[in-house]
Amino acid sequence: MTQMQQSRRNLMRLTGTGVLSAVAVGILGDAPALARSMGKGPGVTASQGDIDILNVALGLEHEAIEAYLIGAESGLLQKPVLDLALIFQGHHKGHRDALARAVHDLGGKAVEPKTRAAYVESLNVASLKNQNDILRLAQSHELGAANAYIGVMPSLGGKELAQVCAKIAADEASHWSLLTTALEQPIPATAFLFG
Amino acid sequence: MRVTATAIMLVAGFSSSVAAQSGATGDAARGAQIYQASCGSCHSINANRVGPAHRGVVGRRAGTMTGYNYSAALRASRIIWDARTIDRFLQDPQKMIPGTKMGFRLTDPSRRNDVIAYLRQQSRPVPK
Repeated sequence: MTQMQQSRRNLMRLTGTGVLSAVAVGILGDAPALARSMGKGPGVTASQGDIDILNVALGLEHEAIEAYLIGAESGLLQKPVLDLALIFQGHHKGHRDALARAVHDLGGKAVEPKTRAAYVESLNVASLKNQNDILRLAQSHELGAANAYIGVMPSLGGKELAQVCAKIAADEASHWSLLTTALEQPIPATAFLFG
Repeated sequence: MRVTATAIMLVAGFSSSVAAQSGATGDAARGAQIYQASCGSCHSINANRVGPAHRGVVGRRAGTMTGYNYSAALRASRIIWDARTIDRFLQDPQKMIPGTKMGFRLTDPSRRNDVIAYLRQQSRPVPK
């Protein structure tokens, strides 16, 4: 237990709040440039395929934000894991804002989050009994999200759009790594952990 | 040498295609892991999430999972999901069905075969 607490303290030192602002500002700053790079101004319909892909990604970010909120409100997370969850939730809010702005700038309508009840059902929240259950859910979500962003990159219409997805995938991969460490699970020995 | 390489590629492509049609070479257990890691952020077997639920997908007509809001393109596609059509879709969904909301590509043929083998196992209907 002491080793676990020490491990979490180390995690917290690795993930200062400054990381959030740098990531959020960096990606948010890309959104208008992204729309310009696609040759579309605000209000002009861009490739519907790209808008649809971004909206699917936005749906994932909405779900992640709610999942971390549910975890934080559950009373099952103890500091510093609770703080870590809130930092990760902040990252996902940054991703959400970047994606929603990009959808808007490309001429689309950003998808809205579902209801809490819908997320409670789809995430099978009833099965979460302790902190490790929540960490495993978050770990699984982050792995899936990283792979999803990597998997959609070849379908996107622009390199700049793919670069934004690559940045977000890197954040998700970082979350997965830290959650894996918090769960004291080994990092896979084989190459290509994602994708 | 070039002819040999081309022949190997053709044989590999043919084998992949045959495997996808039969679903015989996929490893369902490995497919379950790949499904969770690569598809699981949007899909689950039993629940409509960002994407539709997948229980019973093999043999189902595309765009007909109850309660999921499909794109018009997918609803109109008249595709029946079998090993071959799932394999094509996972390679490049927007090429196969322009206008589908899915943009995710699973590029590795052996991983696609494993996922298809897993999906074939999930044949029971979604619990009500």
